[in-house]
Amino acid sequence: MSDCCNEFSRSALLRKAAAEAGAGLPSIEPGMPLPAGTGLDRRHFLARSVGLALAVYGAASLSPRFLDEGIAQAIAGPSDKVLVSIFLEGGVDSLSLLFPYADPDYQRLRPSLALPDSGLVFPEDPRLRWHPSATSFQTLHSEGKLSVLPAVGYTNADQSHFTSRHYWEVGDTDPLLRTGWLGRYLDHAGTPDNPLQGVSLDGELSPSIASARVPVAALSGPGDYSFWTPGVWDQVEERMLAAVGQLGAARGHDPALSGARSVTYQSDLLRRQLSSFDSNFASPVAYPKDAGDFPSQLAGLAAMLGAGLPLHCVAITANGTYDTHSDQPKSLANDLKGASDTLLAFQRDLEARGLADRVVTLVWSEFGRRAEENGSDGTDHGAAGAGFLMGSRVRGNMIGEYPGLRNGLDGDGNLKATVDFRSIYCSLIEQWFGADAGPVVPRAKSFARVPLLR
Amino acid sequence: MSAAANIPVYRGRFGPVQAERLLWRAGFGPRPGEAERFAKKGLNGAVNALTHPKKERLVGPNPVDDNKRPLAPYDAWGHDHLWWLDRMVRTSRPLVERMALVWHDWFATSDRGVGSQKLMIRQNELFRRHGLGSFEQLFISVTRDPAMLMWLSGADNEKGSPNENYAREMMELFTLGADRGYTERDVREQARALTGFRMDWVNDMPANFRYDPRRHDDGAKQIFGKRGAFGWQDACRLCIRNPKHRSYLVRKLWSYFIPTPPPAATRSALERLYVRNHYAVRPVVEAILKHPRLYTGPRMVKPPVVYLAGMLRARRRGIDTEAWVWLSQQAGQLLFNPPNVAGWDDDHWLDTASFLARWNIASRVLRPVVLKESEAAPLDAKKLVERAHEFWGAPPLSAQTHKVLHSFASRALADADRNWKKKQYPPLVENALRQLIAISPDLQTA
Repeated sequence: MSDCCNEFSRSALLRKAAAEAGAGLPSIEPGMPLPAGTGLDRRHFLARSVGLALAVYGAASLSPRFLDEGIAQAIAGPSDKVLVSIFLEGGVDSLSLLFPYADPDYQRLRPSLALPDSGLVFPEDPRLRWHPSATSFQTLHSEGKLSVLPAVGYTNADQSHFTSRHYWEVGDTDPLLRTGWLGRYLDHAGTPDNPLQGVSLDGELSPSIASARVPVAALSGPGDYSFWTPGVWDQVEERMLAAVGQLGAARGHDPALSGARSVTYQSDLLRRQLSSFDSNFASPVAYPKDAGDFPSQLAGLAAMLGAGLPLHCVAITANGTYDTHSDQPKSLANDLKGASDTLLAFQRDLEARGLADRVVTLVWSEFGRRAEENGSDGTDHGAAGAGFLMGSRVRGNMIGEYPGLRNGLDGDGNLKATVDFRSIYCSLIEQWFGADAGPVVPRAKSFARVPLLR
Repeated sequence: MSAAANIPVYRGRFGPVQAERLLWRAGFGPRPGEAERFAKKGLNGAVNALTHPKKERLVGPNPVDDNKRPLAPYDAWGHDHLWWLDRMVRTSRPLVERMALVWHDWFATSDRGVGSQKLMIRQNELFRRHGLGSFEQLFISVTRDPAMLMWLSGADNEKGSPNENYAREMMELFTLGADRGYTERDVREQARALTGFRMDWVNDMPANFRYDPRRHDDGAKQIFGKRGAFGWQDACRLCIRNPKHRSYLVRKLWSYFIPTPPPAATRSALERLYVRNHYAVRPVVEAILKHPRLYTGPRMVKPPVVYLAGMLRARRRGIDTEAWVWLSQQAGQLLFNPPNVAGWDDDHWLDTASFLARWNIASRVLRPVVLKESEAAPLDAKKLVERAHEFWGAPPLSAQTHKVLHSFASRALADADRNWKKKQYPPLVENALRQLIAISPDLQTA
């Protein structure tokens, strides 16, 4: 596809956008006298646990006690655990990511797509090799910081992108469930006044963290989250910002109106929280330059964690489009390189900041791809696929096994799952968060637990 | 007795409030005075004016980019978005544009996979042409549409090596619904029936889209239990005649206009109306627009481009900046770039990120008409709220929102403890009120 130039102009425009959106104006216009006597309706608040200063605006009109307590409770203690969920959208081809290089069935099913021996050994199953672009995964695995799930999924896998992704997001094979599995965990263990406890960094709310009761947030990045209006400054601006929270606090019966009010209220809370964050942070490590927004999203996430912001569950969509119905070799190599290099940089960043013991990252895709290639240099939708757990605290072993192409395919020619994604969810909730999986994953008792941590 | 006779029709008062809701649901909101004009037509007259519009007139200034040059919708990135946004703002046929938006979401094709704004706009013109006509004709036209052939690998699907991409989505997303009335085997057999389209790359651009019988698999297929040497048009007709199609179409089409599902009796009457009229869309849309639920039921969140186009219509402002491209993208709806083939998620337009984007959209609409601190404005909270409300064409506001606006204005004016503040604060307060009304929960929904 020839959309490289297109991509370029798009990113240029978005950079301009970010610059413009973040520009804002100083709160007091040059030449204006400082207000005397009344003083600004703004109080500084020091969170003792991390020594972080928060500016709280308009607190007089929004119950200061409530805000102080909410933010104080929300500030992350040094031992607070963070779970990052990273989605490879489109169904990544697990049989290229870790491929059975010497298997004659692989050569037969993939006459044009079979990869030559990359030499990137996967010691836990000598039949497999890492994709030549996935050297960073091999590095992480050899350091014991990457657990590999070579065939994760569920029985009778649905081959629709949307249905299967939905199952992963809600943590159940129920098409009607409207809350995400991480959202339900937060409903159970979170607080009513900390939108940062569940954050998606894609600029739109991730269904995985959609909650029923507690607030969660979507950010397009950790940069400037402030509300600016031309021709409004001084005390009038402080009053206007306070009024935003009041518009959101009103009650009523109409569901759409209530939804809009609740988002208004959460946006106001989020603005207050992020007003302390310096968006001109420096990363201690270098991130890849050519993997879309993904590197800057993870770099920003590490900086927010470093600043002590109270994040708990984070959802991000990785770079790349993995729905490789055609032209698979080039696009997959490119996207895998960007994703795996960025993940390695994120791990190094957390290590440099001394945060690596607090963060576990789950990498998943809605399904794998058909074992047999399709004739357009691509592969169609499959069943089980690859997943990963990354972090200094994970065991770094293989979870489930690679089932092989001889006996490991179902009636449709797709890889069978050797571990259920809900086993991983239950084990993460219990072992990482130390919480009860019962209220989070429906029928939690029926899924085997897997030891995940060292 | 016609099927339409079984479908309830709204009998309550049809005043400016009802007309305003109709114009938001079936279009992009009223221009100044338009809700009153539509109210005078009565319900039937108003709906008829939307579903049987006169020849299109574009009202207002021609669209320009940041350098005041005409748009280049085929070539400049983002200008395709501006080109369509301009049609939404200036059209005299709002329902035609709104239906094009419905079909763009329904047959969601993204330029990310097509790589040609020209082909995307060609597809868009198809939605405008067939938007209220026969769904069968629309579906057949979309199936061979070049942008769609690029997007869902139709031109890669050839005899001997079928590609299932379009075959799956044509049933799952376009006509039947996930796991309704088809099996994995039907996906594979439909893919065979759809083989034969091809194209060439000319100067790195997609070109020469055509049907080549030599690449078509003309063997027998078994689809929905029927056996035959089906071709691509058969593949489409089989979907339309599948017993699960009519309920899928009615339920989905309804959901674009009314947020709660149709009552069972209405749903089956609409299905009969649809089939009896040979799969025509217009009678179904007419019945939905006259249904009591539209006027007495809950509100709906405005999609981001509807929110933006509506503010520009209310202010009679044309397209004069490329900022609408990235602001719409931040708000979650860049036209010609839906997130995936299922389209936008209409239940989740609002979150903390898109709220910030909508705030920025509103402040950008306000920027050229901002009141300077030297301009005169009354030192009177009630009057300032009235002026800011009139600025947006006096849209309906809830009592709670009115209360917040009044309390804000009174407190902000009370802060003015010096003479210079008493002069300068009123225009500042009026600017802030315009912003607060624009981002209020009331104006995010209709």
